[in-house]
Amino acid sequence: MSALLTVEDLRVRFPTRTGVVEAVRGVSFTLGRERLGIVGESGSGKSQTGRAVMGLTPAHAQVTAKRLAFDGIDLLSAPPKLRRDLRGKRIAMILQDPKYSLNPVMSIGKQIVETLQRHEKVGRAEARKRALDMLAAVQIRDPARVFDLYPHEVSGGMGQRAMIAMMLVAGPELLIADEPTSALDVTVQLEVLSILDKLVAERGMGLIFVSHDLRLVSSFCDRVLVMYAGRIVEEIAASELSNAKHPYTQGLLNCMPVIGADRHPLPVLDRKPEWAL
Amino acid sequence: MTVAVSVENLSVVYDDFRALDTASVEVEAGESFGLVGESGSGKSTLLRAIAGLAPVSDGAIRVQGRELRGARRNKAFYRSVQMVFQDPYGSLHPRQTIDRQLVEPLAIHGISDGERRILKALDEVGLGSGFRFRYPHQLSGGQRQRVAIARALILEPSILLLDEPTSALDASVQAEVLNLLEQVRRDRKLTFLMVSHDLGVVTHMCGRLAVMQGGRVVERLTSADLVAGRIAEDYTRNLMVASKGFRRKTA
Repeated sequence: MSALLTVEDLRVRFPTRTGVVEAVRGVSFTLGRERLGIVGESGSGKSQTGRAVMGLTPAHAQVTAKRLAFDGIDLLSAPPKLRRDLRGKRIAMILQDPKYSLNPVMSIGKQIVETLQRHEKVGRAEARKRALDMLAAVQIRDPARVFDLYPHEVSGGMGQRAMIAMMLVAGPELLIADEPTSALDVTVQLEVLSILDKLVAERGMGLIFVSHDLRLVSSFCDRVLVMYAGRIVEEIAASELSNAKHPYTQGLLNCMPVIGADRHPLPVLDRKPEWAL
Repeated sequence: MTVAVSVENLSVVYDDFRALDTASVEVEAGESFGLVGESGSGKSTLLRAIAGLAPVSDGAIRVQGRELRGARRNKAFYRSVQMVFQDPYGSLHPRQTIDRQLVEPLAIHGISDGERRILKALDEVGLGSGFRFRYPHQLSGGQRQRVAIARALILEPSILLLDEPTSALDASVQAEVLNLLEQVRRDRKLTFLMVSHDLGVVTHMCGRLAVMQGGRVVERLTSADLVAGRIAEDYTRNLMVASKGFRRKTA
């Protein structure tokens, strides 16, 4: 399998008044056309890893890596124009909450068309048709009606589907999903995940799925990276999860209340300082 | 068993939207009762109506035998009923120290031994006095939710209304906060009325629960029934399937 994305010794630093905060400290992995999960708690650097690949790290932060390459293109030395062309066209990102990630003063259809026209030379009628097809592909029942709606007029699940439609319309090869279902109801979560799953499989995309929910990630991905304090503490095949070695991974796995398991009190993580070394 | 909170045929109407439609729930003293449902099912509205934060158009609310009318609540009510909200980032005053936020309820109710109570409340939620003079932005989400719980406990209420107390937190921090809630309930013999969309959390915390949909209570059952799959309504069954997590359909 040829590597779609190569990350070697990625570091993201934020200079602050009280010193430099290292959010990501030497993360390395390669990704083919597969589903990779990144799991960790808040502040473990999982989102910043995804954002660094996408090129969305805040301007005052420093991103360094021995190698950060997408399909042979060195992302760190790429000129801004090239990165803009990649972003949305070949690498796309789904964010957590559609309430904040969609443009509130632009209709959903227009936002999808905008993505498409930024990256491809298509006429208005053609763009509209492809946007409608994409809305249908994310299982929105009446695409023509939703096309003209504004984000505040749709539910969270519908908004997130529109977000997925917008991200996939230009046919990206790598999709980064940062907590794509955390803001949704449990029943809606499943619908959105199965839509995402189907589209990723059909189109043969690479997927990076970022979440704090280890069980969810392992049911969705082939391989899981577990992050703690900016580092990868364990890499494990999703099917092997029950054999996880690192106490942090086991802790994440056991801390969720499960229906039918009578555990009082719930096991909690005993965070050891040496994990962060 | 005495009834701590009783809600009978309660309706809440916003303009022409019925957020709550003749819902009835009875919570016994000392028990932990769960309300489950999707967004918009009216579970939070029910909680807010009890606290006097939603316009009740019909029905009756009784707390410890006293009937509550309108949206006004007296001080005695707030001494026995306190609420913890979902978002610890939104429910603490950003420009007041933790100390100020904990003094506020004591000052309102004219309680004198503030010093002792503040230290005790902070200790009880596992924060220690080192956090007393910090601001909310200096705390993590889990620590903030602990402060919100301390603020609710400082008046020594007998009933806690919990509106999704852990859904804004990481899974690992959620476990810590749930353990804390269970412990204070045991220590103080509290009554919980807890709202959550997560069946795992509710069956873990509560003995009985009500499933809500579209402003109505569609099913009442015990956690043991739910675990054993003794479910009458399809809607509850769907929630149950959803909470088991994602399964790839094998083609």
